[in-house]
Amino acid sequence: MRGTMSARTQRWRPSGRGPAWRSPLRGPWLTSVFGAVLLATLPLVIITGLLDYLAYGPRFGQAIPGDVGWLHLPFFDWPTRPSWLFRLTQGLHVVLGLIVIPVVLAKLWSVIPRLFHWPPARSLVQVLERLTLLLLVGGILFEIATGVLNIQYDYLFGFSFYTAHYYGAWVFIGGFLAHVALKLPKMVRALRSRSLRTELRTSRANTEPEPRDPDGLVARGPRRPTMSRRGALGLVFGGSALLGVLSAGQTLGGASRSAAILLPRGRSYGDGPNDFQVNRTASAAAITPAATGSAWRLTLSGGGAPLRFDRTVLQAMPQHTAELPIACVEGWSTTQTWSGVRLRDLAALAGIPEPASAVVSSLERSGFNRVTLQANQVLDPESLLALRVNGAVLSPDHGFPARIIVPALPGVHCTKWVRSIEFRKP
Amino acid sequence: MRANAINGAHLLILLASLALAGYAASFVLGDPLALIMLAWFLGAVIGHDLILFPIYALADRAADRLANLAPVSPLNYVRVPVLGTALTFVLFFPGIIGQGAPTYRAATGQTQEPYLVRWLILVGVLFATSGLCYAIRSYRARR
Repeated sequence: MRGTMSARTQRWRPSGRGPAWRSPLRGPWLTSVFGAVLLATLPLVIITGLLDYLAYGPRFGQAIPGDVGWLHLPFFDWPTRPSWLFRLTQGLHVVLGLIVIPVVLAKLWSVIPRLFHWPPARSLVQVLERLTLLLLVGGILFEIATGVLNIQYDYLFGFSFYTAHYYGAWVFIGGFLAHVALKLPKMVRALRSRSLRTELRTSRANTEPEPRDPDGLVARGPRRPTMSRRGALGLVFGGSALLGVLSAGQTLGGASRSAAILLPRGRSYGDGPNDFQVNRTASAAAITPAATGSAWRLTLSGGGAPLRFDRTVLQAMPQHTAELPIACVEGWSTTQTWSGVRLRDLAALAGIPEPASAVVSSLERSGFNRVTLQANQVLDPESLLALRVNGAVLSPDHGFPARIIVPALPGVHCTKWVRSIEFRKP
Repeated sequence: MRANAINGAHLLILLASLALAGYAASFVLGDPLALIMLAWFLGAVIGHDLILFPIYALADRAADRLANLAPVSPLNYVRVPVLGTALTFVLFFPGIIGQGAPTYRAATGQTQEPYLVRWLILVGVLFATSGLCYAIRSYRARR
């Protein structure tokens, strides 16, 4: 008993340097493999995230958070082509963001001896470096936590998701850029120190620790390996593959959707024309049958006196059909066949055939109930005030009596239960 | 001389990084929930480094004795499904335990009812597959 105790004490405190690390796999090479994968993927997650901010139209004051100072990509008019652009950027952001989680966790596992390194810093530069590591690690974990909760509509955190996730991203970007700048040469050297091909052929029995490194990642007293490096990489990337299978279907759709068994957008709604993913129900938006019934009118304004149309008149106008995806910030999408009146025809009717923008208002009194569309989004031949979907009248949850559908426009801006459209002159 | 230049460059990079993060953080200073955001930021680090990591490291240490239990070590055949179970639970727990039900319902028009059973089936499949692999491996080793 006493022997065990002293052995344990010794194991945990070799010369007072904190816990004794035992894994024979930890070392600069393994850390660098995870680092290289993150270096290849995280910029894509970052850029698609920042693009999605632009897709919301920050110049119309409708991106959240509103005023971000210098913290944005260069502004440009979000295009309507290809029509799957937002589906792609946001799908990549969310699915890739989920897929990297096991790699992030493995990377943190591989460098955790550094956290307990004693003394934590020997100079001012080292103190600052530790601080930037806090930004890096806190930043990525914060982004993962808020993002993962948001795609499941769980607002456990209480603060604004958009605000926190956006500024959290910039805190992370600061830490990430510094980390890459400082560690890139070390990563390249470490990757060259072993051959990936050889490691993938090395069995557990032949797995040897890496040579001791100055950073102390390699254990001083490693135990016998219980797993080869090949096995460890397989475990981590297998975890990524599992998350890919569990999430890609929510944006790819088709048969793969049913594989997203743990995500809201993997669910089926049935086989009818209106049976596809709902984002905000009519009841949650407090839309009453009285407001959408025979008394409903669409108001067009901007030119002369406002025009009012009921559903019958709108249905008598030239109808156009477009097969377009609707894609949301949670990274899911679904492609449906929409039909209705072209927005540019409505603009011409209102007396402004070449509008600079258009403001669409919903019957809904809160939430995303108003959106400004850019000129290109009004004038695209597939931009519709949709009255029907897949041949059937829109259901209340999908925006009856009329909703906006614009190619590549974020789903929340495809306003449902439209009440009025105001076209603005250039 | 050269070391000084490198140190200078390091210092510059670190200061630029901290300045960017400080600038980003300055935008949330006025937010009434800024402190809660900070708590989540620091909580994420503490939650991972000082809670999650020690738990899984100690659990793995405890599982060590499995390594010599049988001619073919069952250790990894336990590790893999346990990690799969933990990963899917940590990421998808809102649906599994029914957290955030009102906002879920408002957004989707559905309930979270199926997730617990789906997750249990997934966990069952992970353990069953791993068990089957272990059985085949042991059988081969015996022959």
